[in-house]
Amino acid sequence: MTLQECYTQLEGDYEGVLARLRSERMVQKFVLKFLNDKSYELLVTSLEAGNKEEAFRAAHTIKGVCQNLSFTKLYESSSKLTESLRSGAEADELVRQVEADYKKTVEAIQALQSES
Amino acid sequence: MSLINGKKSPRQTILIADDSEMNRSILTDMLGDEYDIMEAENGVEAVSLLQKYGNSISLLLLDIVMPEMDGFGVLTLMNKHRWIEDIPVIMISAENASVHVERAYEMGVTDFISRPFDALILHRRVVNTILLYAKQKRLIDLVADQIYEKEQQSSLMVDILSHIVEFRNGESGQHVLHIRTLTELLLKYLGNKDSRYQLPRSEIAMICTASALHDVGKIAIPGEILNKPGRLTDEEFAIMKTHTLIGASMLEALPVHQEEPLIKKAYEICRWHHERYDGRGYPDGLKGDEIPISAQIVALADVYDALTSERVYKKAFSHEKAVSMILDGQCGQFNPLLMESLKEIAPTLEEEMKGDTNSRANQRQLQNVAEELLRHEELSASERTLQLLEHERMKYSFFADMSEEIQFEYTAAPSMVTLSSFGAKKLGMEEILMDPHHNQKVLEMLGSEDLCAISGALRSTSPENPIVKYDHEICIHGERRWMRTIARAMWSADEPPRYMGAIGKTTDIHNERLQMDALVQMASHDPLTGLFNHNYAKKRIQERMESRVGGRFALAIIDLDYFKSANDNYGHIFGDHVLLHMAEQLRKSIRGGDIAARVGGDEFLLFLEYKDEPDTAIRRIFHSLIGRYGDFQISVSMGVVCTETSGTDYEALFHAADQALYAVKRSGRGQYRFYDNTMQEMLSVISPIDSGEKEADCETE
Repeated sequence: MTLQECYTQLEGDYEGVLARLRSERMVQKFVLKFLNDKSYELLVTSLEAGNKEEAFRAAHTIKGVCQNLSFTKLYESSSKLTESLRSGAEADELVRQVEADYKKTVEAIQALQSES
Repeated sequence: MSLINGKKSPRQTILIADDSEMNRSILTDMLGDEYDIMEAENGVEAVSLLQKYGNSISLLLLDIVMPEMDGFGVLTLMNKHRWIEDIPVIMISAENASVHVERAYEMGVTDFISRPFDALILHRRVVNTILLYAKQKRLIDLVADQIYEKEQQSSLMVDILSHIVEFRNGESGQHVLHIRTLTELLLKYLGNKDSRYQLPRSEIAMICTASALHDVGKIAIPGEILNKPGRLTDEEFAIMKTHTLIGASMLEALPVHQEEPLIKKAYEICRWHHERYDGRGYPDGLKGDEIPISAQIVALADVYDALTSERVYKKAFSHEKAVSMILDGQCGQFNPLLMESLKEIAPTLEEEMKGDTNSRANQRQLQNVAEELLRHEELSASERTLQLLEHERMKYSFFADMSEEIQFEYTAAPSMVTLSSFGAKKLGMEEILMDPHHNQKVLEMLGSEDLCAISGALRSTSPENPIVKYDHEICIHGERRWMRTIARAMWSADEPPRYMGAIGKTTDIHNERLQMDALVQMASHDPLTGLFNHNYAKKRIQERMESRVGGRFALAIIDLDYFKSANDNYGHIFGDHVLLHMAEQLRKSIRGGDIAARVGGDEFLLFLEYKDEPDTAIRRIFHSLIGRYGDFQISVSMGVVCTETSGTDYEALFHAADQALYAVKRSGRGQYRFYDNTMQEMLSVISPIDSGEKEADCETE
């Protein structure tokens, strides 16, 4: 699997990220690094613990990282979740969407990792 | 937080504050080749790095949403400590709402970059910002240097010139300074009196500087005339008078600077400082306001200083004499307004002149600059407030440093302690300590128990009653010392009031505390054995019974048998050693909460708690006490009473134990007995009434 195919699978904007970060090597390095990012786990645990503030920050971080890496799909759902947590509204549906998108993103990156 | 490239290098340092490790490492990747990178994963870390490294950080890349303290919190502190003036900040955030962007710019960020960012653009903006700031700083330094140099040089030149004149004149060197001071005083006073003479401050300053040159023409007057001890002949005086015109033409002949206002003023003063208001002066015989006010004033100043100074041809007149001579018109006529001014400033004039040294003159110049700044119409009220605040801050920090106390200020949000610089130095800590409750150095110094006690006490104060006093130990440079902290909680004016933080000071009370401890020790202990004395033991026993109601306690009085014979046979020093030995045995045989005391010459007291029955413990102790000491066979008698049977009244317990002891003595010594009802009628071994009995009955063998 190429990096481009990985982006297709996780529904990201490969052209966009390459234009911004300027090198495929760098994009690949940070895409792989995404697997080590703890923000998603923090989101899950803080939601379970009912810590809204921490959950907001975690969602916000996911959003920022996705923006940097042009993970469009996960960016969109995490962005909605961030806003919803900021306003304190019910977010169960959005949490499920982020979970699904996160899973999809991670699977695509793991596939890329196992082949490279 | 980490210093990725810690070695000293000419490279500039960028601080990245972002809670996402991913985001930080993307930025590090982009900038790490050219810059040293420091990382902070929240606002508190960022602030403590800024505090620690200050201006050696060339740029801060700041995220908004972070735990502990967000980006705006960091900006608030950077403004408060004015770091924002020296360290540029670029905000990088996914928060693109215009309110955030606007707020960030208002708080002084140089640039705002939205996520997702383009690597090239980000890189360019970082480089540009750093270059711009470096350039600006160089320019500021350059301009400041040049201004300083120019002012230094011009005032230096004027000084040199006027000193040359004075030197030839044989004058003290103070003359020019006096003229300058008097001129300034008179000009200011006159300005207040009559608006015609109200000059702008800059012009007053210029006239004062120019006044130094009033006698510059004397450079061309022969030394014999200048320094002639007696009266000048008419001929000589005619020559002397020419110094006015010579000075003026010297200035007129200057090849450059003709248009400089300073030169024009100096010309007026040189030429006309010997003119008189009635037209009887020289060289031109000008009259009244034909004479420029600058020259009128210098003329008066010159006369006053000449009168009050010693010259080769005369002694110095007193200040009062000089003033009255001028007012009487003995030295020619002056502008009536000027005479009035002199009269009015006369009472304080002498003081002013006497104290006027070079440094005072400089100080006044500084004061003038400050006044000018405050007067300046363009200065807004808030800047004035800031200046006043800055003044207060300087005053505060000066007194704080003088006082040799550890002073501190605590703000609750963000949780932060600011120490006075003396305090920081004394404790070996930073002046700003973020999050003290989790700061390892703070906890090592103070300990979390005391910290929580102090902060708890402060939080439970009220706005009416906000002061807390607390004694505690701290660890300074490895040594534990007793300190007293007095702090005042700061409550907001809201309803209900919110806890904002506290201010306070911590003083070293270690030595007083040790003295106090020593006094307490003296008042409560037996000096020979170091055991408690009877009074203190009684107090402690009562406290213990009160604190453990229902506890099972035994009180024992122990009497050393045949002690008198030890004293008699081996001497009192030996006797003391026996007592010391007893005390040591007692100490060894009791546990934590138990109490041992010496209650008389050879009587001791024990108070102990037991679990099931007292006999085991008492027997163990009894056997530990007997034995040999040197050649002396130690034998003891013990009377014991239990609270279980005899209650908790101390006097009653002591009396009962005493009676039990008596029973032992009666039945041959060398044993212990518990009190029982059969002893009710027994006499006492210890009570003063029975002491004769004791001597007779027990110690005479």
